[in-house]
Amino acid sequence: MKTCGATPGGPSLDGVDLTKQSVIQGVILKDGQSDGVPNGAPVASAHVRLLDSQGEFTAEVPTNTDGQFRFFAAPGTWTLVVLAPGVRKELSVDAATGVPAEVVIQI
Amino acid sequence: MSRETALVTTDWVSENLNNPKVVFVEVDEDTTLYEQGHIEGAITFHWRDDLQDGLVRDLISKEKFEALLSKNGISNETTVVLYGGNNNWFATYAYWYFKIYGHQDVRLIDGGRKLWELKALPLVKEVPSRAATRYVAKERDNSIRAFRDEVIAAIGTRNIVDVRSPAEFSGELAAPAHLPQEGGQIKGHIPTAKNIPWSKAANEDGTFRSEAELKALYEGAGVDLANDTIAYCRIGERSAFSWFVMHELLGVNNVKNYDGSWTEYGSLVGVPVAVGA
Repeated sequence: MKTCGATPGGPSLDGVDLTKQSVIQGVILKDGQSDGVPNGAPVASAHVRLLDSQGEFTAEVPTNTDGQFRFFAAPGTWTLVVLAPGVRKELSVDAATGVPAEVVIQI
Repeated sequence: MSRETALVTTDWVSENLNNPKVVFVEVDEDTTLYEQGHIEGAITFHWRDDLQDGLVRDLISKEKFEALLSKNGISNETTVVLYGGNNNWFATYAYWYFKIYGHQDVRLIDGGRKLWELKALPLVKEVPSRAATRYVAKERDNSIRAFRDEVIAAIGTRNIVDVRSPAEFSGELAAPAHLPQEGGQIKGHIPTAKNIPWSKAANEDGTFRSEAELKALYEGAGVDLANDTIAYCRIGERSAFSWFVMHELLGVNNVKNYDGSWTEYGSLVGVPVAVGA
């Protein structure tokens, strides 16, 4: 399934050893959907911040040209903060070893 | 040093895009973003390819630094204005680097590439060309650079500031959470180090907090800024950020960046290590 040319969720996990990593990844899209499927254009150069369960800053990445981002976290509950021109959005996500946490965030 | 001499605002940048005395340099761990778009007139330095020796783990030599700046049209009189992604980590590393080689007028864009993007300011793809110069660097100033033996000797006697995330400090993670988990041979921190993450010195938009907030940050964590201080992280770039805060914004002179950082210390045989918060 493709969404405006971008794979729903984060970048390819080829080469990532999921038995050792707790991956949180996803894609930032503009608002818009078709039959309940998000189909807004990917937002490149948004900034995604990862906060730990205490709300402490842990890491930050810009989205790539497909609007995607990825963190290598540790198992547990984390908060994502998305920053883009005029936009600030926060959401909670659970990470676990073995199964990547995939999120689609629309702004 | 002070905020007025070490930092420029994005407004200042917009007003000085065509100032012939100014060279903007985007510095990062990779130059992909530069290729996608950069501040008009900016050149780019790659943190590894341009600024690491490559054979020995060290800065490039004085001669190579002179050649790098000369071929990029930077003279001894140029106002070098650095910025980058990653909240200016690699740009502050380059700032520290320019100071080590004695460049007179080097500044940092407050907020870096992130603030520029969040303000939706223009980025261009054109790569500028500038007439070559004959740059002459000074001998390295190691008064702002710490080496491993000095760090070991500082345990329990001087301020050691670990600027990594709490999870790296405690030994839970080996690297920042957006990178594959690799680093030193073991995890943990240097005993007696205070964990004051670099991020606490920055606002969400990437700009630096006020001097009063920054002073309270370090003193509140038990760092006596009158004593000598060594900052470290994993590879020395985030600690360059915190070095910049203490040395340049707060004007504390006796601060060094340990660029060997945890990738060196965490691989040394027989040195003391602590874990936990």
